[in-house]
Amino acid sequence: MVENRRFLNILAHLVLILGVAFVAFPVYIALIASTHGQNDFLSGVIPLLPGHDTIRNYSAMMTQGLASSGAPPLWLMLGNSLIMALSISIGKIAISIISAFAIVYFRFPGRMIAFWLIFVTLMLPVEVRILPTYKVVAELGMLNTYAGLTVPLIASATATFLFRQVFLTIPEELMEAARIDGAGPMKFFWDILLPLSRTNIAALFVILFIYGWNQYLWPLLVTTGTDHYTIVLGIKRMADIADQQPEWNFIMSTVVLAMVPPVLVVIFMQRLFVKGLIETEK
Amino acid sequence: MSTKRNTFRHRTLPYLLIAPQLVVTLVFFMWPAAQAVIQSFQQEDAFGLSTTWVGFQNYQALFADPDYLNALKVTVVFTLGVTAMSLGLALLLALAVDRMVKSATVYTTLLVWPYAVAPAVSGVMWWFMFNPTIGIFPYLLRMVGYDWNHGLHGTDAMILVVLAASWNQISYNFLFFVAGLQSIPASLREAAAIDGAGPAKRFWTITLPLLSPTTFFLLVVNFVYAMFNTFATIHATTQGGPAGSTNILVYKVFNDGFIGLNLGSSSAQSVVLLFIVIALTVVQFAWVERRVQY
Amino acid sequence: MAAITLESVGKTYAGGVTAVHAIDLAIEDGEFLVLVGPSGCGKSTLLRMIAGLETISSGAVKIGNRVVNQVEPAERDIAMVFQNYALYPHMSVRENLAYGLKNRGVPKDEIARRVAEAAKILEIGGFLDRKPRALSGGQRQRVAMGRAIVREPAAFLFDEPLSNLDAKLRVQMRGEIKQLQARLGTTSIYVTHDQLEAMTLAHRLVVLNGGRIEQVGTPLEVYRKPASTFVAAFIGSPAMNLLQAEVSGGRVRLGGASLPAPGAAEGKVTLGLRPEDLQRTRPGAEGALLMNVAYVEELGAQRLVHGTVGGQSLVCAQPVESDLGDTLTLTADPAAVHLFDAASGKRLG
Repeated sequence: MVENRRFLNILAHLVLILGVAFVAFPVYIALIASTHGQNDFLSGVIPLLPGHDTIRNYSAMMTQGLASSGAPPLWLMLGNSLIMALSISIGKIAISIISAFAIVYFRFPGRMIAFWLIFVTLMLPVEVRILPTYKVVAELGMLNTYAGLTVPLIASATATFLFRQVFLTIPEELMEAARIDGAGPMKFFWDILLPLSRTNIAALFVILFIYGWNQYLWPLLVTTGTDHYTIVLGIKRMADIADQQPEWNFIMSTVVLAMVPPVLVVIFMQRLFVKGLIETEK
Repeated sequence: MSTKRNTFRHRTLPYLLIAPQLVVTLVFFMWPAAQAVIQSFQQEDAFGLSTTWVGFQNYQALFADPDYLNALKVTVVFTLGVTAMSLGLALLLALAVDRMVKSATVYTTLLVWPYAVAPAVSGVMWWFMFNPTIGIFPYLLRMVGYDWNHGLHGTDAMILVVLAASWNQISYNFLFFVAGLQSIPASLREAAAIDGAGPAKRFWTITLPLLSPTTFFLLVVNFVYAMFNTFATIHATTQGGPAGSTNILVYKVFNDGFIGLNLGSSSAQSVVLLFIVIALTVVQFAWVERRVQY
Repeated sequence: MAAITLESVGKTYAGGVTAVHAIDLAIEDGEFLVLVGPSGCGKSTLLRMIAGLETISSGAVKIGNRVVNQVEPAERDIAMVFQNYALYPHMSVRENLAYGLKNRGVPKDEIARRVAEAAKILEIGGFLDRKPRALSGGQRQRVAMGRAIVREPAAFLFDEPLSNLDAKLRVQMRGEIKQLQARLGTTSIYVTHDQLEAMTLAHRLVVLNGGRIEQVGTPLEVYRKPASTFVAAFIGSPAMNLLQAEVSGGRVRLGGASLPAPGAAEGKVTLGLRPEDLQRTRPGAEGALLMNVAYVEELGAQRLVHGTVGGQSLVCAQPVESDLGDTLTLTADPAAVHLFDAASGKRLG
């Protein structure tokens, strides 16, 4: 700090407190709404203080869901979200780390072509190739399956580049020492490379877990039956009833439950999260 | 492209290692993208039984279509709105945190978690708060005589989606601005202070110029975010309405393809998006290259 | 333990650059051989070809009686100590030492025995359970050597193992390596760019330049009879003076001065004189070199006098007590006069 100006410090605190309020307010409103009964949303303004129906709302949603809008019980959707988030993050990390290993530690015909094919995927987000990708998945019979939900999302140029970067910073001599110590390529990978990439893997996992949990467009296309709904998608389905007041208390308890897992991951693994975020964008 | 000076010798192993990634890439990225390009030059008949080659007709139709031109305009407004709002607020917060010594980590924790909230979820929350009958903000706005209704007024709807989309993105920008500010040597600001520059002058003449690489990078990232990753925000709230006033390009592609089932037009739109992504990626990489040379 | 033989071993990279030209060399069983030369001379490439880390473009490398060109590094029965030690950062010292043995399927109790023995020899028993990053530079160096010792290989390969240490530690570790090798009697090949390290460690040293051998010999042979101007300038500190001169009438002449050069052919030569071989003589002595003094460097044990003779620069070492004027009158023993071909730089006679 160059100089200590009281006024500026107070102003800074004020800005930050307002910022935190802006960031927290929607969540506060959602939390409060999830504690009220259906009747509190019929008229007037949405409640700003806690109500008495917390347990009723959450237990109803967890066990029964919202039959009127075809939403299954929340535990099912939470389970689907967890499966999707874990499969995507673990799948992406697994296929990226082995392909980065191949690209960095081997020289083989076609290596450059492979590298460019992976690179180009950076430029092809789902939104850009939406219909044909859907058709491929449909033709492979993967609609409404966990494989259909996850496999098309697990190719990742970003993760491959990240691991390539990590491997390039590992001293050359380590691999030579391992070779002299009698380690073949896969043994070197398991014994040396994987342990040395541990924190990078963890950081990437945090980012990818959030990415997977928050997927929306893809599950929207691929799931047609409620048994594969993810929670993020379920919220939308509930809010989406024509000619009817949405049941806000149930929707908002779902909103809260949909936020809790990824937000907890960010808060408790903040250091890894920041590392992951900044590294994947390099 | 670099490898290790020394590499393992193995005939089949590298191919086995790279195969999963390549298969997924080819099946779910390359093939569909190629299909999109091909279909953008074709027209399907009403029953989907036959296709004919129509050259650039789909593209001509697209750029003659007032709905598409409107979607382009809406996308520009939306993108600029989200970028300006989330970058501006994030910079303000980052500057404030940069002054903090002890409380910096606490504030950071309190500010970063919205990144973890799904765009669809934040969309629903903002939609709820702005609900014209019971929402808190329309209630407050009525007190000052403004009749908020995003179901009827295009501007209201636009403000709603910009707010919801920005809310998600602030934490990301904030973290990068904090990192950028920390990388500016304190000695530079001290030197400027000795040269007689006050806090405001230091910000404009030292901090902001030195932060420009970060700002530029975030600008590109936010463009990409607003253009491509906000489908959920729109779909969960306004669904492009009212009267197309929030119908951004990615939403229109989905709508025309899945709801309207217009394959040729949807493919042509996909290809236009493809060019936008490529352009943004190239800009981003050109910048990364430049940064490496520093 | 084994002898190592190189039979016209060469290395040419894919780009067409030749790093090592057909080298023949026989390293005896138990010998400590040092490869020395400036950076880019091919010494590391040669070592890495012996280790199996670099493919061999031509010729054959034999360890014992076996041609190992196509043999994996791990099967060559060698151990290597790297410049940056290459310790596995996530493994404890004990695990670092044991890793190579485990991979070879050595029984557990045998591994424990060998690790304990190596730890005793190198005095690293106190930190076997630490990670490498918790060790000092010297300790890491010992662990790196420990990893080589436990393997009980046919040969040790050292790739500039001391260049990451500070000057004081380097001298200490140099002594330890020398003693260790004498005690174990394992054939060792040691690469360095430091001529002092080469001189002090080697049974025989190999001076390399531009991928070719300039000279092979014991440290004293190389010091006393450098085979070329390159070796002459590279080995010995301060470096040998190299002066343009001419031979006529059995003497080598330099401006007005001349030194005895019996048997040398007439013509232009390069004259080599070590600074420590130049002695003062009385002014006006016949044929003496007249040196104009430019400046003096005090080294404590001696002083180095820099100046010129007939316009060419010259350095000579003088005792500290000596009392110097603007000019020195110098001479040298006939045995201390080195003559090299003026064009090729090869030693004459």
